[in-house]
Amino acid sequence: MFDLYTRRRFINGFNLTVSVLATVFGLFWLVWLLWTLLRQGLPWINLDVLTQPTPPPGSAGGLANAIVGSLMMTAMGTVIGTPMGILAGTYLSEFGRGSKMAPVVRFVNDILLSAPSIILGVFIYEVVVVTMGHFSGWAGALALALIVLPVVVRTTEDMLRLVPDTLREAAAALGAPQWKVIIMIVYRAARAGILTGVMLAVARISGETAPLLFTALNNQFWSSTLNEPIANLPVVIFQFAMSPYDDWQHLAWAGALLITFSILFLNILARVLLRTRQSSY
Amino acid sequence: MNYDEAEGLNGGVTTRSIDVSAAARDRTAEGSAAQAETSDHKMVVRDLNFYYGKYRALKSISLTIPQNRVTAFIGPSGCGKSTLLRCMNRIYELYPDQRASGEIVLDGRNVLDKDQDPNLLRAKVGMVFQKPTPFPMSVYDNIAFGVRLYERLSRNKMDERVEWALRKAAIWDEVKDKLRQIGTQLSGGQQQRLCIARAIAVKPEVLLLDEPASALDPISTLKIEELISELKDDYTIVIVTHNMQQAARVSDYTAFMYLGELIEFDDTNVIFTKPDRKETEDYITGRYG
Repeated sequence: MFDLYTRRRFINGFNLTVSVLATVFGLFWLVWLLWTLLRQGLPWINLDVLTQPTPPPGSAGGLANAIVGSLMMTAMGTVIGTPMGILAGTYLSEFGRGSKMAPVVRFVNDILLSAPSIILGVFIYEVVVVTMGHFSGWAGALALALIVLPVVVRTTEDMLRLVPDTLREAAAALGAPQWKVIIMIVYRAARAGILTGVMLAVARISGETAPLLFTALNNQFWSSTLNEPIANLPVVIFQFAMSPYDDWQHLAWAGALLITFSILFLNILARVLLRTRQSSY
Repeated sequence: MNYDEAEGLNGGVTTRSIDVSAAARDRTAEGSAAQAETSDHKMVVRDLNFYYGKYRALKSISLTIPQNRVTAFIGPSGCGKSTLLRCMNRIYELYPDQRASGEIVLDGRNVLDKDQDPNLLRAKVGMVFQKPTPFPMSVYDNIAFGVRLYERLSRNKMDERVEWALRKAAIWDEVKDKLRQIGTQLSGGQQQRLCIARAIAVKPEVLLLDEPASALDPISTLKIEELISELKDDYTIVIVTHNMQQAARVSDYTAFMYLGELIEFDDTNVIFTKPDRKETEDYITGRYG
């Protein structure tokens, strides 16, 4: 009774409507979340937040020590996790082909990738904190490195696999040994992609709370050494948001806003980088 | 001093020559096919079998590649012509499930031998692929990359070498103002000539061309064919091509392959005018393939 074209247009319209509604449903919560965050957090963002250390309840202060602690641990976690991740990803993509070891490594890595971060925190607590006898920034950095590692392994392998084999052949055909082919040609072709993976890993760890609760704990005071417990944004937010004090809660909102927008910024930067990679190669 | 005897496949011609250096260098001198190296024959393939996993892609191939000539491999898709070419610089070894058995003798040595360093072999036997593969770096560095692997040249000498290679590949005039530009931004035909320049720059003795013009337009193809004719003064060239007219135009010798076997190998004129075998005739007259 309907001709084919009418029917197809109907089905097309129906599916399009459902997809748009699903998208709007998803975006609605995200926008609501960002809106609440902005509304509650923005009024408390000021210079003190960035320059003053966390205050006792009832007095003025900021989040400076937590910001510094977060930056230090995130940086150390990235510095520890990234080289291992890139090397392991290189093994999987370049050397492990056809080996029996590679699928095992890949599988274990996928498990690590999807492991709840609190498990990693408890693991480091047991191995490092208990052994050392106290919480420390180093333990926090190690826990974060454990989160960075599988992300970087995975993206490195994926990005290296995107480099066509013909490029490896072309370099090898000039007499280049494999390590030179990898470092000078394959890495260069996959550079932006690998960098994107590292940045996504950084974005991921900068908001992690659970592994830090068991490792770095918190510190009310200035601390610039990773040998002691150290303040960090996620745990401070956790503690302050749970507190009954208004000014602490305000600082928690400000911190949440800071973290969210730093991560948003990192993600956008990663995407821009990935796009330039795709157009240039 | 050794009197070597070699029997070429082409028409059963027997060549005699005196070869001191080959025998001196040859570790498997006693009764080995390595002695077949002569001044006319750059490469001798003997009883070559090739396997992709369990699949046997080449079946007892034997032929000789004459020096400073263009030898073409023709045949339908999947006949093993590219595979044969890929044995000659052992590039197949990049893939763990591929292997070859038999002999390919170059300058008195079986290059398939375990003690042959594949990287040194590839520096001597250059290769250009079907798809242009410029490296993600500047035009200049594309050329210099290969040269730097085995030679330490001063800035000036490197500039000269880059210009020499680009001129030789007939692309200098088009890129001389773009040497700092990324190689991937050139046109397809320019990219392919850049790849040829890159292969020439390391001064190989043999140049393997795997369908170098199949992805190019007719004008770029013509340029590449002209280039091949010029290059054969200095290099031994082996070309795989789908295009029979191209084989007829550029090559001196032609090998026709079918289903992993070498059906016929002879003078290009003979192959295209009065081939010995019925299969060859059927193929070149377009009855299959």
